[in-house]
Amino acid sequence: MNNLTGEYLLELKKVCVSYTPGKNAVNNVSADILPNTITAIMGPSGCGKSTLLRAINRMHELYPNIVTTGEILLKGKDVLKMNPSEVRRMAGMVFQRPNPFPTMSIYDNVIAGYGLNGIRLKKSEKDEIVETSLRNVALWDEVKDSMTKKGSFLSGGQQQRLCIARALALKPELLLMDEPTSALDPISTNRIEELLLELKEQFTIVIVTHNTSQAARISNYSMFMYLGDLVEYDTTKQMFTKPKDKRTEDYLTGVFG
Amino acid sequence: MKDKLFKSFLFAAAGLVLLLAGGMFYSLVGGSVNAFRHFGLVDFITTADWNPRTGEERYGALSFISGTLFTALFALLLCIPFSLPVALFNGEYFKGKKIAVAASSIVDLLAGIPSIVYGLWGFYTLRPLIVSSGLNEQGFGILTASVVLAIMIIPYASSLSTEFISMVPNDLKEGAYSLGATNLEVIRRVSLPIAGSGIFAAYILALGRALGETMAVTMLIGNTNNIPTSLFDTGNTMASIIANQFGEADGLKLSSLIAIGLLLFLITAGINSIAKLVMRKILH
Repeated sequence: MNNLTGEYLLELKKVCVSYTPGKNAVNNVSADILPNTITAIMGPSGCGKSTLLRAINRMHELYPNIVTTGEILLKGKDVLKMNPSEVRRMAGMVFQRPNPFPTMSIYDNVIAGYGLNGIRLKKSEKDEIVETSLRNVALWDEVKDSMTKKGSFLSGGQQQRLCIARALALKPELLLMDEPTSALDPISTNRIEELLLELKEQFTIVIVTHNTSQAARISNYSMFMYLGDLVEYDTTKQMFTKPKDKRTEDYLTGVFG
Repeated sequence: MKDKLFKSFLFAAAGLVLLLAGGMFYSLVGGSVNAFRHFGLVDFITTADWNPRTGEERYGALSFISGTLFTALFALLLCIPFSLPVALFNGEYFKGKKIAVAASSIVDLLAGIPSIVYGLWGFYTLRPLIVSSGLNEQGFGILTASVVLAIMIIPYASSLSTEFISMVPNDLKEGAYSLGATNLEVIRRVSLPIAGSGIFAAYILALGRALGETMAVTMLIGNTNNIPTSLFDTGNTMASIIANQFGEADGLKLSSLIAIGLLLFLITAGINSIAKLVMRKILH
């Protein structure tokens, strides 16, 4: 991580998350993330990678007894001291399984973030946001004639792109993705990966993945987590060619995981 | 061999239940034929006369049908602002927590209280309140009956609504929260729309309960044979007229009471099937 320079978009300082008192699922993680990059978080199941990701947009607060400590700075502002709604608008999230709102049309799904925040927009503003967001995820041409259909009418891969569009519609600073392709077929996965490479131009992406080759394909930086610790954080190239830690090497070569 | 025996026992038991239901329907139809033949099916339903004087005998169900619909629908209206918050409390805000378990068992307890006890409470507690508030001199009537009915159906409406609200998938709610939504917005725009048809079915079932409820209503509605035109009117429901008069009825009057029973049976069966249909559509 010594070769990270410049203005960081996201700074994690000694972040700990615990589900039960005295036991950290994420342990003292510190890392800085540059804008317009893709950072992959890898590690075996239960290593705390999703837990760390969900700490960034304070999803843990939806459940009792989960405690997050440390500092998480998003554009220099401490996330843990902000209004959670504001944090979540600034850091969009895409989940493992596509979760479009089943009672809403494709159009309403994309614009849902505004309604859910009580923000009223003019029809023309909505139209523009919907088109831009759908174009951003390369879904516009496929759905522009079926905007009033339900989101569940789409294929799994299309649904996931719709969910990405829904997150992008709020013009977030950061996109948090929790294994976004693990429920998708290889072709859909491929499309999403290509998409992320394009989105990097406008957004900053942190992606949790259990798929090391996915991390190698798309990410600029990689984190390897093990048992709640951030074992190694470096450029993806460095980590995949010359990992510094034995555990990282073992994981990447398939000794465990 | 044992398996076969057990199977035929199950068949026999199930068949007997069907036979009983069919027999009940058959005897209701048989008992009401006289009234329907005498007054005509349509006339019976659309006349409000209830005149038992010998020689002038004229019976119609309209007063009781309207009394039934009036009390039941008003009770349903009254129960919504109480049962929906209870359902949200138990199914969303405090889902799975001790306080929700406690609250839902207390609400379920309400469902177990015998109708006559509600009737007594309505008679000795609610009715004097209505009298002293000056709304109604005697305290009997549609309003009194509806308030008690509303309390009686709250547990039915709320426990089923709770089920449907808590069935809303967590990943959809997380999706909404991740966009910055507040609790209230998630409920308004995600949970309620998704649980909507289930909640609708819950209220239809509650309505079915309210339509057939007898004892408490009979004690509070005032038992007059007229079409109620205001909340403070007295009246009779289909169930309460039967409960009031079956003991001393014979001939055409008895047949008319049975006919009212048949109509009530058909209405509640219809309402319940609508609710079941909606629920089947959701669950499959």
